[in-house]
Amino acid sequence: MAEKPLLELKGVSKSFGAVQALSKVDFQAIPGEVMALVGDNGAGKSTMIKGIAGIYPFDEGEIYFDGKRVNIHSPRDIAAMGIEVVYQDLALADNLDVVANMFLGRERIRMPWRLDETSMEQSCIETLASLAVTSVRSVRQTVAGLSGGQRQSIAVAKAVMWNSRVVILDEPTAALGVAQTRQVLELVKTLAKQGLAVVLISHNLHDIFEVADRITVLRLGEKVEELIAANTTQQQVVHAITAGKLQHVPGMVEA
Amino acid sequence: MNDIKEISPTVDGARLVGSASQSLSGYINSYLKRMRSGDLGSLPIILGVIVIALIFQILNQNYLTPRNFVNLIVQMAGITTIAIGVVYVLLLGEIDLSIGYVSAVAAVFMTLRMRPPDGWPWFAAIAVALMFAALIGIVQGMIITRFQLPSFVVTLAGFLVWNGMVLILIGSGGTVVIQDPIVIGLANSFLPSIWGWAVAVAIVALFAIGRVNRWRDRQRRGVSTTPLSIMLTQIIALAVLIGLAVYFANRDRGVPFVGIVLLILLAAFTFLAERTQFGRYVYAIGGNMEAARRAGISVNRIRVMVFMISSLMAGVGGIVLASRLRSVDTAAGGGNLLLNSIAAAVIGGTSLFGGSGKVSSAFLGALVIASIENGMGLLGLSAGVKFVITGLVLLVAVLVDSLSRRSRSRSGLA
Repeated sequence: MAEKPLLELKGVSKSFGAVQALSKVDFQAIPGEVMALVGDNGAGKSTMIKGIAGIYPFDEGEIYFDGKRVNIHSPRDIAAMGIEVVYQDLALADNLDVVANMFLGRERIRMPWRLDETSMEQSCIETLASLAVTSVRSVRQTVAGLSGGQRQSIAVAKAVMWNSRVVILDEPTAALGVAQTRQVLELVKTLAKQGLAVVLISHNLHDIFEVADRITVLRLGEKVEELIAANTTQQQVVHAITAGKLQHVPGMVEA
Repeated sequence: MNDIKEISPTVDGARLVGSASQSLSGYINSYLKRMRSGDLGSLPIILGVIVIALIFQILNQNYLTPRNFVNLIVQMAGITTIAIGVVYVLLLGEIDLSIGYVSAVAAVFMTLRMRPPDGWPWFAAIAVALMFAALIGIVQGMIITRFQLPSFVVTLAGFLVWNGMVLILIGSGGTVVIQDPIVIGLANSFLPSIWGWAVAVAIVALFAIGRVNRWRDRQRRGVSTTPLSIMLTQIIALAVLIGLAVYFANRDRGVPFVGIVLLILLAAFTFLAERTQFGRYVYAIGGNMEAARRAGISVNRIRVMVFMISSLMAGVGGIVLASRLRSVDTAAGGGNLLLNSIAAAVIGGTSLFGGSGKVSSAFLGALVIASIENGMGLLGLSAGVKFVITGLVLLVAVLVDSLSRRSRSRSGLA
């Protein structure tokens, strides 16, 4: 094992009425690595992410952050720990400009109540530059006027602006064209290089093999396998997603 | 909005941080670009006000007179105040149908408490009436958020309940006259001309200081600024406008006291909407409620506070209207007060779908509605004609908004 996991789930379960969405799943995210989370529709990926994000609690299981057991009750809790979730469509308010979106929920205040727009604008520009997000013409334009790739970049930049240590990306490339996908994948690599633990949820195996170090496969609410991307073929992952446990994988090294 | 920031394609950051004031031509270019893309801002409504004024002036020489100008300010005060609250509710993408009768409840409550058996002093009566109005908003807002009911239905129930409450409170009395000189003075007193000028100077000075401070702060921290010449033009334009208004008012009875109240309310609620965290959250919830929730914003608390603001401003508006009439009666808060207030916000450019609009639209929309009503009154036209014209203006305003939105989405800026 290269490094100790920063975020670790042990045996988490969640059911909605009679539906067992997750059962006894283990999961880990390691600093400086991209962990891909794959699985067919209904495999439990979103349930797991929402549980981590504090949208609702897990029924059972433990969450460890930085080696310590933690309880997560609300989105604020994970933000305080340094875990950021970037949702596919739900991250940005279209009617607000880039700066307002990047600081939403964590505005800087000057004097009793006033927003410190100047300082927020400054930090926003610096963060975008540090992530090499260069295609946004103005940070004062509303997000509605941005392309899909730009919006996703803003959403990611928003997540990392808070000295976060874990970034969870929910299908960041799902609605993007080729060039825009490339832009976002580059950004994902940059994040891992900067030492963050990145969790990438995606249906696109091509994207995953381009950036992921490890791959966790979920199927019908259970964890099938955790794979090292470098030692795995796309075929094997497809097999794991659709048919379940890999019986015999040639060349696979114990992680 | 005025601050266009270019990010340099090279990522050295030098140009990002070191950029100084934006050039004048760049500013004008980006403004024209926004206009061409359909983002017209307040321009159509301002043109509308001018056109309406010219038409009435041609039809009746008494329209653009100092006397009528002062009347207009007093006439629009009530609706403007209520419409400020409506803007907040519309920003959330909600509606509040109870405001008409909430305004009446506050006015009746105040009036009755000041009447002999109780004989409360004016400030106590007003304070308690406004607290009661705010409480109504809190209760309605909590019902809407707690039980996840549509605001339309809950406030429609409020509409009936508070209408009934007005009738019960006034009872068989019919009309209750307000005796207190200070409450009557709210909408019926005028500043001596010297004071009018003093207030005008103070307003322009405050605006200029705010603008210059912001400009210097941005300049110092190296964030792009509006060109100096534009800023100066804005300050001078405001000075001229305010100066003309005070000059005209002083040729008649002077600046109405309620006009000053109106300006303070508009400034305070514009500040709240555009410069504070609360205002930012109101826009965010109106734009994307789920994003706001996931950003950790207590969405329901903000929504309840907005319904409180809406009721509170209705209460203030109700007191202004009662002061103007010097009495309250069983018809208070009825008629088309509710619809005029909502129409004012919408005509002024606030979207019914949430997330877009400004507090100033309450003023602009109310100005249009009051101008039409006032002008029609001068021409001696019937109430029926008045309604038809106001309705058509509302329709045109919504059409202009919809067309400009479509043109914006075509150019990718919706």
